[in-house]
Formats: sequence, C-alpha cells, structure tokens
Amino acid sequence: MERSDLAVSCRGLVKRYGELVAVAGIDLEVRRGECFGLLGPNGAGKTTTMEVLEGLLTANDGAVEVLGSRWGGDDRALRERLGVQLQETQLSEKLTVRETIRLFRSFYVRGREVGEVIRLVELDAKAKARVGKLSGGQRQRLALACALVCDPELLFLDEPTTGLDPQARLSVWRILERYRQTGGTVLLTTHYMEEAARLCDRVAIIDHGRIIALGSPAELVASLGADQVVEVRARGEVAPETLAGLPGVSGVTAVDGSLRLAVREIGTLLPALLNELERHQASLEKLTTHEATLEDLFVYLTGRELRDDD
Amino acid sequence: MMIDNARFRRLRPLAELTRVRMLEFIREPEAVFWVFVFPVLLAVALGIAFRAKPVSSLEVAVAAEPAAASRIEALLHGAPGLRVHLMGKAEADHALRSGRVDVVVEASGVGEGMPQDVTYRYDPTRAEGRAAHLAVDAALEKALGRTDVLEAHEERVSRHGSRYIDFLIPGLVGLNLMGSGLWGLGFAVVSARTRKLLKRFAVTPMYRSHYLLSFMLSRLLFMVLEVAAIVGFGWAAFGVRVNGSFAALAVVSVAGAMTFAGVGLLVAARPKTIEGVSGWMNLVMLPMWLLSGSFFSYERFPQIVQPVIRALPLTALNDALRLIMNAGSPLAATWSQLAVMALWALVSFALALRIFRWT
Ligand SMILES: Nc1ncnc2c1ncn2[C@@H]1O[C@H](COP(=O)(O)OP(=O)(O)OP(=O)(O)O)[C@@H](O)[C@H]1O
Ligand SMILES: [Mg+2]
Repeated sequence: MERSDLAVSCRGLVKRYGELVAVAGIDLEVRRGECFGLLGPNGAGKTTTMEVLEGLLTANDGAVEVLGSRWGGDDRALRERLGVQLQETQLSEKLTVRETIRLFRSFYVRGREVGEVIRLVELDAKAKARVGKLSGGQRQRLALACALVCDPELLFLDEPTTGLDPQARLSVWRILERYRQTGGTVLLTTHYMEEAARLCDRVAIIDHGRIIALGSPAELVASLGADQVVEVRARGEVAPETLAGLPGVSGVTAVDGSLRLAVREIGTLLPALLNELERHQASLEKLTTHEATLEDLFVYLTGRELRDDD
Repeated sequence: MMIDNARFRRLRPLAELTRVRMLEFIREPEAVFWVFVFPVLLAVALGIAFRAKPVSSLEVAVAAEPAAASRIEALLHGAPGLRVHLMGKAEADHALRSGRVDVVVEASGVGEGMPQDVTYRYDPTRAEGRAAHLAVDAALEKALGRTDVLEAHEERVSRHGSRYIDFLIPGLVGLNLMGSGLWGLGFAVVSARTRKLLKRFAVTPMYRSHYLLSFMLSRLLFMVLEVAAIVGFGWAAFGVRVNGSFAALAVVSVAGAMTFAGVGLLVAARPKTIEGVSGWMNLVMLPMWLLSGSFFSYERFPQIVQPVIRALPLTALNDALRLIMNAGSPLAATWSQLAVMALWALVSFALALRIFRWT
C-alpha cells in the first residue's frame, strides 16, 4: 500500500561539482500516471537532476523519494520497478537487437517477453540486426526497449529524441503514448518545446539549475498573457518601452537585435505598430507572427533562445 | 524444485552476461587473432629459430704466421665440435668482436712440431668463448700427446622434454593467459565505461558481482581454447608432450586464467579511458614479461630478488605449467604455485569489486 500517489518527489535538491552549482534547489512532484517534462537549454541541469532521482548521483542537499522509497535502502527492489534511458549510452555494437534486449530482460525478475518489447518499439524487422548497423532512430528505440523490458512503473527518459529526424521522433512519441495507456508514469527531459507540449501533462522549465516556470503546457503558454508573438526588426531607433505601450501588447523582449512582442489582439496591434514605426522613422526589415509557444515563454523569461543551435 | 528454480533464476543474469561477453569476443576478429593466432605464430618463429641451429659447433679463428697456422689446423683436425677458420689478425679480431668466432688462437711460429707462444683470445663473458677456449686447449694438448687419466662418458641431452621448445611452450601458454586476461578484460570493461554502458547497467537491479564474475567465467571458457591451441600446436609441430596429466594441466590453467582475470578486473576497475588503462596494463605486465621466465629461466637473476619473482602470478603459472608439462610432476607438486595464484585471484577480484567505478 503506497502512502502517496506521487511517483517522484524531491525538495530542495542541490548538486554541486566543485565550484559549479549544477542544480541549485529544485522542488518537483511527479504524480502517478503523469508524463512530466523537464525542459531547458544545454547545461541547465536536467541530466544531473535525473541522475540524482535515478540514484546514480548523490545530492549535496535535499530529499528525494521515488515510488515512495528513498535511495540507500533496498535499492535493487526499487530498480526492479524503474525503466531508465540515459542521455548517451552506447550499447554494444556487436550484439543484435534481440540479444541486447534479452540481456536487459535477464536483470529483472518480472517483465515483458523479449519479442513483445521488440514489437512494442517497432523493431521486428531489425531483431536480428547488429546494433552497430542501426540508424540513430532505431538505436533510440532499442534504448527505449531496454528501458521498457521490465514493464516499469516509472520511466526516466533523458532526451529521448535529441538528434532524431521528425519521422523518428514521431515513432518515439507513439511508443511513449502506448506505454502511458497502460498507466505508466514518465519523467523526461527535452530541449524541444513541441515535444514537451505534445507529450507532457506538466512541464517544468529549468534554467541554471532552477525551475523558472511550472505547469501544464497550456497554462504555461497562457501565462505569457498572449496568443500571438510578433517579431519585428527595424532599422532606426525603436525602444522596447515605446512598443510595450501599444494596445494588445503584454510583453516585449529583445533577442538578437529584434524585438518580440507578446500580443493578445493582433488585429488592433498591427496598424498601431506600423504607425509607431513610421513615427520613429524606422524602416521595417522583418515582421513575422506566430502562435505563442513554450519557446516564447522561455525567451520571455530568460531573454535567450532555448536552443542555440539548429 | 521450487528452490532450484529460484536459484536458477538468480543466476540467469550471470549466464546471460557471460554469453553476451563471449558473443562480443568472437565477433571481434582482431581479438581472436591476438589471442589464438599470435601465440602460435610466436611459437613457430621461436621454435624454428632454435631448431634451425644444429648442435652448434664452436667457431675457432687461427691467426698465426702460415707455418704455425697450418700446424694448428692439422692438430685440431677431427676434434669434435670445433670449426677452424684461418684468418689474418685484423680479420680475426673483428670476427671475435662481432661474435662470428668464439675464440682466436695466435702463435708466433713452430718449433719441433710444437706451436710457439700460443695465446687464446676470447670474451670470458660469453659462454661460447669460455667453452671454445677450453675445447681448443684440450684438443691441442691431446693431439700433442696428453693422455687422459679419467675415462668419462658423454651423454647428449636432446630428448623430448628438455629442448628449448619444450621449455618455451609452457611459457607461451602462461604469457598468453596473462595477455588475454589483462588486455581482453581491461579493454572490454573500460570501453563499456566510456560508452556509459556501465552506468546503464548500474540503474538496473543487476548484481554488480555478476558483471565481474561474467568476465571470470568467459575467461574460463576461452582459456580452454587458448591452452588447447598452443599446447596442441606445440605437440603437432614440435612433438612437445604433456608429461604430466591433462587434468593437472587443466587445473593449473584454470588457476592461471582466474588469476589474470582478477588482475585484469582490478587494473580496469577505475580508469576512464582506454589510454589510461593501457598505461596501467603495461606497468603491470612489463615486470612479468621481464622477470617471470617465459622465454628464459629466471634463475639467473640475483638471489635476493628470487622471492619477489616467485611471488609474481606469471612466475607461479609458468613454474606450475613446466612442472606438469616438462617434469611430469603430479598436481600436488604445484601446491605452492597454486596458492600464489589463488591469493592473487581472490585478492584482486575482491578489491576490484570494492573499488569498481560504474559511472
Ligand atoms: N561530471 C561533471 N563534472 C563537472 N561538471 C559537470 C559534470 N556533469 C555536469 N556538469 C555540469 O553541470 C551543469 C549541468 O549539466 P547537465 O548535464 O545536468 O545539463 P543538461 O541540462 O542535461 O544539459 P544538456 O541539455 O546539454 O544535456 C553543466 O554546466 C555541466 O557542465
Ligand atoms: Mg543532459
């Protein structure tokens, strides 16, 4: 009988590497059956947080509870119930898909049939192929299979789709949705806001080892107080403050020489915006608009893009 | 039945890890070459190098004025094991320095059939030099009329079991068990660590001792093939025989394989890179390459270091293998070597398990 309906809870989590503070006080609660996402840029502390929760690292401070237990007790019993996919494990290239899954299956008392897991991750055609000959997306699905083979109550996934093309990403999402239908809990990290928005019931945005926003994707986007984002670049002097006063604008952020306006009513804003630019004799170079996303929230909160590449 | 089932299930990860370990190994063609083909090639090369030399004769240079030279040549004619070359003095000196001849005989002239002012020049640090000096001297004295008072018989020892190749094959077996134990395990473990595979295993309920034990077990199985390859080759190509029992040979080989699997795991317990572990392995293996008597007997090293040499695992393995294969001793005769190996195996395995780095 579980006392709580929390799959993971941690309070005041701190992890330092010498001088560097990788995790600077994180509080998290992941409910059973929920898909929870940690969204953040490179070096935000996502992996460090996950590895503390997985019992691989010991925190400098804070309390962690996973499926109602703390690390340092009967860890093997706890590990029976967890599926984990680490950020950068390279499985043995010389083994086949089936051999690899069979090995991981042998570590657990309970779990799924090897063939069933292969089907679950859609690798039937590759069951006899060497791991070294798999594509990136197939390897990722194999890693997922190794995490799912114990039929875990809780799944930790560290960047399950980083570096994958959109099609491979979709197939990972499909597999996760199937797992969730069986009542499983997921804690995942990602840099992709579409991924967080699509998969997660709740998302914590992490930056510099802290949670800077927490809620369902819809709530988070709504907290911008806008449904559209207008990006403007103009030649000439336009102060962010002047644009902030325009009708329908709920916030302005300067990013890389352009201004991003969070906008409630785009219809009333656009004429006013063009007027204002003309009044300052600034010539318009670029004007784009899109629906507000988690990415915009991150930019609004930090003044930086979530991803510095691609 | 229930208990048996539970026990079997508990050992399944160990069986699975061992199986996977062996699959990985045999799918690595280079590893197979170094473990099986290389020692056989080494045996061929060394076997031929030492067989091609027939019961070698001693080379004698005679550097004297012509009359003396031909007299000496005549006196030495027919002396067993000596080959005589007439040379000028400068040429003879050069031949002596370069080891082409073992002794130079000089004389100033001949008087009444007797060479005058005979001088032997040789390098006393070379065994052949000393032997050639004595042999030439004895042959000359005898030819000039010395009679030997003692009548002694000679027995040439070149029976099977006491040739160099007979000595070498057990040494190669020992060396190979050390090499494949250390390199094989060291690389596999450290590569799994750099690939974060160890970390991945660490988040499963796998018993950590099973992981290390799987290496010991896989070594045990490959050991059989390695020993069979070298011993079988030695027998087929050079007629090297196992004079003791095969069971005793098996026990000693198991002890050797376990010892070096343990040492290999210990060396690989901490390093994070292949370069790092390579350095440690060389550091561990070099003294044993030099001291443990794989190619030549270690008896010549100073008395004071003998106990240290005998405490090395490879020395113990080589000695035990030679006792069984060459001397045909029973297993009980190798108890001290077995004890040394068991101690190394147990201590290194226990220590490796304690300090093993999983992340
Ligand atoms: N073993 C370590 N030693 C020292 N510093 C570390 C170590 N591991 C991580 N760090 C540092 O801790 C910080 C957080 O790293 P972490 O791996 O948790 O980030 P992340 O959010 O997972 O980033 P990414 O998206 O790139 O995976 C980084 O600044 C990183 O350089
Ligand atoms: Mg990370």
